[in-house]
Order: sequence, then C-alpha cells, then structure tokens
Amino acid sequence: MRKWLEAAGYSVFFTEWNSSTLVKDTTKMGKKKKSLTPTTFSLLHATDFADRLFYYILPPLKAGQIVLADRYVYTAFARDVTRGVHPKWVRKLYNFAARPDRAFYFKVPIQTAIERILRARAKIKYYEAGMDLNLSHDIVDSFRLFQSNLLKEYDKLTDEYGLTVVDATLDINEQQEMVRDAVTKALEGYSIKRRTHGRKKNVFWRRFTVPPAR
Amino acid sequence: MAAKKTYFGDGLPYRPLGNLKGKLIAIEGTDGVGRTTQIDLLREWIELQGHAVLETGWTRSNLMSRTIEAAKMGNMLDRMTFSLLYATDFADRLENEVIPALEAGFVVLADRYIYTALARDWMRGKEKQWIEDVFGFAVVPDLVCYLRIDIENLIPRVIESGGMNYWESGMDLHLGDDLFESFKKYQEGMIHHFDDMAERFRFEVIDARHSIDDIQKELRAKIAPLLEKKKRTLEEVPEAQKSESA
Repeated sequence: MRKWLEAAGYSVFFTEWNSSTLVKDTTKMGKKKKSLTPTTFSLLHATDFADRLFYYILPPLKAGQIVLADRYVYTAFARDVTRGVHPKWVRKLYNFAARPDRAFYFKVPIQTAIERILRARAKIKYYEAGMDLNLSHDIVDSFRLFQSNLLKEYDKLTDEYGLTVVDATLDINEQQEMVRDAVTKALEGYSIKRRTHGRKKNVFWRRFTVPPAR
Repeated sequence: MAAKKTYFGDGLPYRPLGNLKGKLIAIEGTDGVGRTTQIDLLREWIELQGHAVLETGWTRSNLMSRTIEAAKMGNMLDRMTFSLLYATDFADRLENEVIPALEAGFVVLADRYIYTALARDWMRGKEKQWIEDVFGFAVVPDLVCYLRIDIENLIPRVIESGGMNYWESGMDLHLGDDLFESFKKYQEGMIHHFDDMAERFRFEVIDARHSIDDIQKELRAKIAPLLEKKKRTLEEVPEAQKSESA
C-alpha cells in the first residue's frame, strides 16, 4: 500500500500503534508485573497515541500529505471496551484524534482468526489472551473468548463509523486490489501540491463524538 | 445517612463502587500553600482517633512516576500527552491503592486530586470538557478542602521555600519574559480555575494565609464530622439523630 502510494508520487507517512518511545517502557513494565487495569491499559495507549498524533500524524496532515496508520483509535475502542471500560468514556478520551478519511477493517471469521494467531505464535501473551479479565483459567480458552468478544465489538464499530470491510480470507493480492480501488476513490480530487488544508481557519478533521443514545 | 460514593462521569463499569466504608478527603491548593505540612499533621490526628490512613499524592504511582519525571526532563510534551500521563498515574493509584483502601474502611488523604489536573489542563488549552470526561472514572471525594492563597502572599512563600521551578511556573506556556513573571501569571490562572471549581464542586475553602496551627484547626473542624459519622454508624445511633449529609 505504502509503496504503491509512493510510486504514484505521494509523500506518505506511516505510523504504528503503540510505538512511541515515551510510554513503551511503562507499558512493558506494567505488562510484566501484571499491574495494569483496563483503565490504565487504555490510558497508556491513549498517551502513546497522543504523543504520535502531535508529532507524526498532525504535522504531515496539516502539510497536506497522506498518513497511513497501522491500526488507529478503533483498536482502542474495540479492545478497551472488551476489557471493560465504558464505551462512551473511551470515545470521549480519543476526542482529540483526527478522524480518518478512510478506515479499513480486515475481517476474518473468529475461527480463522484464532487459528492464524495460534499457528503463528509459540505462546500467547497474558494480556493478548485477556487473562486479566478472568474469562477462563485456561489461556487458550480465555484467548478464544476474548477474541470473539473483540470481533463482536469490531462489528459494532463497523456500523458506527462506517469502516470499509475487507474480507481477509481472500487472496492477499485480491485484498490489495480492493483497498487500492477504495483509496483511489478517497483520493479523488486530491493532488500532492494542494496546500489549502493548513490555511483553513477551523480544524479540517472531523472529531470522534459519542453518538446519541438510541 | 451515609452518602454513597459515586464516580464523576462514566466511571469504571467493571468496578461498581457499592458501599465503600472509608472516607476520601482531598486537600487541594496551588503549589506552595503548605498542603504537605497540613497533611502530615492531619494524618497523625486521624490515626490517633483510631482510623487507618492512606496518603496518596500526585505522580506517586509505581507505574508512572518515572515516566512522568523523564517526560518533564524532555519538556517536549503537548497538552494532551501531558494530561494523559497524569490521568494514567491517577488511575493506577485509584484502582490499586485508593479504592481498595476505601473498601477496607481507611481514611484516604489525597494530596491533590483531579482538580489540580483539570486546572493544569485548562491552563494549556481552551477546550474544557475533554479533561473532565477523561477523569470520569474518578471517585467523588467525601470532602475537598481547598487551601486558598492569593498571589501576593504566595510569591514570598515559594521563594523562601526553595524557589520557583519550571513546571510550577508554567514555563512551557511562555506566559512571561522570565521565571518570575511566568510564575505569577501561571499561578494567578491556576487560582482563578480553583476559585471557579470551589463553587462548582463545593470545596470547603480555607484561608491559607493564616498560621499553620490555625489552618490545621480549621481543617480538623471540617473533617471531624466525617469521622464521627463513621463511628456513629458502628454504634447504631437512631436515624433521627444523624445529621443530614450534603
């Protein structure tokens, strides 16, 4: 994706979830000591995200460039709510985030997801399996339960935020083609030289807000 | 009636508060008003009455204190990151220390509470709602005592007791030409926010220009009813004799 955009002449900035140096060590330590609660877990990731947003995401956006994010706030919405934080709270927490022009959700059926991860890893990690939630004493069982709750949460987000769903069981080239089509559409009317963004009086990104209660 | 504890906002769905037996008392006030001295004295006094006391203070969590110190050294933090670091520290202490202590019936003395975080965030940005939402998981204290001082009286105190530091002067905000001007403007702003909150959140305001002994006396007078109530419920005083709690 990144190479494809670059080849088309765009400057692309890439950012990954949970990668700022500021809170990396703390997260690691907290995980090791198993002292993280759902809320501190959530806040640490939000801190990491804020740090990256202000240093690596907003400046290129304001300069009119493309930012490609490997996971975004939806990861927090899904995971933190599955862990037990209030769904409204986590959305308000991330209210300072810029809303993406396009968000893709690579979806696989629960069974496939579990098999893929179990096959790829020698050992499942404590927090990855949601062991802190006491779903089950067995780590594999806990992992299955946690992951299926997580997928349910993602389904809700898909409706709420209009995520573009990509069938991740398809051949990788096929997936890429679909994504490229969608991105091409999203980039319609966008040219690299465009510089109006930064000059606009109001912020040009949309905010995450809590949807009105149904 | 013993007031049931509540969360400020959305709360922690996985941690219903139920009936927390302990009391949560927050001592607020800007830097240099003498909070720590007062809390030390209070602790002794409360313990002598047979209550277990837990003291909790800003950036003292095991999880975060080192990260926050490191971040302050670097001084390249934007407003959200700064506030979120404090919120994480607060959450860690709340869930791992404060709530368990309240469950066990402790009197928890908080050397500053979320109000300090709110005021600091408001000093750094126009939008006010966000930080209040973030701290929606905090437990509402039984009592907030606000040690209030004016800027004229605060300045000599701070200078005598070790001088002004970078963050207490809000130097990151570039409010003034030098440390002194910046400190003055920053602390004036903080006092302004505290005054607003004093009304909104019903703080007990205590004049911090008085002597240490006088302040302590006033603090004890405000806190005593809370402690008495705790004893009375144990002795099962008839409903009619109990005073109405605010």
